[in-house]
Amino acid sequence: MSSALDGERVPPDLFASRRRRLLAGRGGLVASAVSSVVVIGGLAAVFWLAPGGATVRYFFFNPHFMWQAFVGDPSKGFYSVGLGLLTNLWIFAVAEALVLVVGMLIASARLSQSPVLLPFRLLSTAYTDVFRGIPILLVILIIGFGLPELNLGYVSNQSPAVYGCAALVVSYSAYVAEVYRAGVLSIPHGQLLASRSLGLSHGATMRRVILPQAVRTVIPPLLNDLISLQKDTALVSVLGAIETTRAAQIYSSTVFNFSGYAVAAILFLLLTIPMTRFTDHLIARDRARRLAGA
Amino acid sequence: MSEVVLALRDVHKRFKDHAVLTGVSLTLSRHEVVCLIGASGSGKSTLLRCANLLERIDEGDIELFGQSLLDPRVDPDRVRRHIGMVFQSFNLFPHLSVIDNILLGPVHALKRPRAEVRAEAMVLLERIGLAARADDYPDRLSGGQQQRVAIVRSLAMQPSLLLLDEVTSALDPTLVGEVLDLLTDLARQGTTMLVATHEMGFARDVAHRVAFLEGGRVVEEGPARDVLDHPREAATRAFLERVR
Repeated sequence: MSSALDGERVPPDLFASRRRRLLAGRGGLVASAVSSVVVIGGLAAVFWLAPGGATVRYFFFNPHFMWQAFVGDPSKGFYSVGLGLLTNLWIFAVAEALVLVVGMLIASARLSQSPVLLPFRLLSTAYTDVFRGIPILLVILIIGFGLPELNLGYVSNQSPAVYGCAALVVSYSAYVAEVYRAGVLSIPHGQLLASRSLGLSHGATMRRVILPQAVRTVIPPLLNDLISLQKDTALVSVLGAIETTRAAQIYSSTVFNFSGYAVAAILFLLLTIPMTRFTDHLIARDRARRLAGA
Repeated sequence: MSEVVLALRDVHKRFKDHAVLTGVSLTLSRHEVVCLIGASGSGKSTLLRCANLLERIDEGDIELFGQSLLDPRVDPDRVRRHIGMVFQSFNLFPHLSVIDNILLGPVHALKRPRAEVRAEAMVLLERIGLAARADDYPDRLSGGQQQRVAIVRSLAMQPSLLLLDEVTSALDPTLVGEVLDLLTDLARQGTTMLVATHEMGFARDVAHRVAFLEGGRVVEEGPARDVLDHPREAATRAFLERVR
């Protein structure tokens, strides 16, 4: 009886299949170029030639209407979608700065240890539970329509954009606080033990050992939340603030063409895509570092 | 008999329903090296963590230089500044360079001037042959080098005693020697140490006394060679059979 072990050895076939060889090296580049042109070109052709394609182009992507919506013309009853973006930008800038600080305060309260701070621990836990559980739109409506009715002087006499900004801060602080907290909890317990056994207080341990490490893990999820915040500035439009979305809405109902919405969408993409790419880049770098460092 | 540095008296420690320490008594005198031996889960690590108040004990007393550490006026941070601790997994701070790892305690807990501590730290690093790596980050060092830095980090606090928690257990076998050599040097210079270890050779050669823990109690304790070579208790004998 013979087996592979005692039989005559034939050199095994170690060559890749013809198809695999074709896709290796430069062949692969050609293959991806061709397949990209075919797939993306095909989809574009379908969009262009489909029945109703011309109608869609007219109502959503008409260059004339898009430009008209972008610059606006108050004498004809509609505002500039482009200028509206400035409102989104300042709401975002102010909200972002406040959210990062307020979120940190809430997270610190929740992570505190001292028995004296128990009420703050309870309050911060309740805060994050409540405001992560209520739709942002509802918070915007409550603050934006509620506060002006209270006749509280200064507090009741703000513009819709200010109320919207305040509502975003209230909601997003809860999310960002949880991101901070998760970052702190992701640091191995041994780091805390090592620092405390050197005689550093809880506060000094947080400041010098835990937080510097947590910040690095926290930046990508934090940027994700900030991208959402950027987009959610559009929700402020329900209060009547003339920002990009509201301007596009007014344009479409005045001129009966939706190209203004396309302009608003493109403006938001110009803001969010760089930030999304940047976040992905940070995540990839962090991953590479972890794989290298181990 | 020289001065008693650390004394544990009938210490009990429970985690939820699980009793880890069930009446441990142990003393450590100045310049003395005591090795704690025993199976995993016998309470060695917990005992060390209780000794520097990282864990709160349920019953019994712990004294440092005759002062009870359970006195409510005692500040645990101040206690820990006198007690160095080295961990199985090194626990160096990855975001700080080697030298900054060493300076953190003296500068931020003891509030000593940075330049002065730095000079001392460089002498310590010189002694372990890692002065050239002072500005490297821990992930650039081998496990043995990291653990030696961790030992130097605790020495920089000029502690009255060192607690060492299985400091060679996470090391590649080829790197164990360099860490044990450093500990042997420290023992020769009279460093007071309480060492939880599985290295029986080290315990035999370096320890003055050995305490065998089982079920959260010290079952047998005495001069290293007596306990390791002529154990009186059956439990000690059984344990030594298994690790041999």
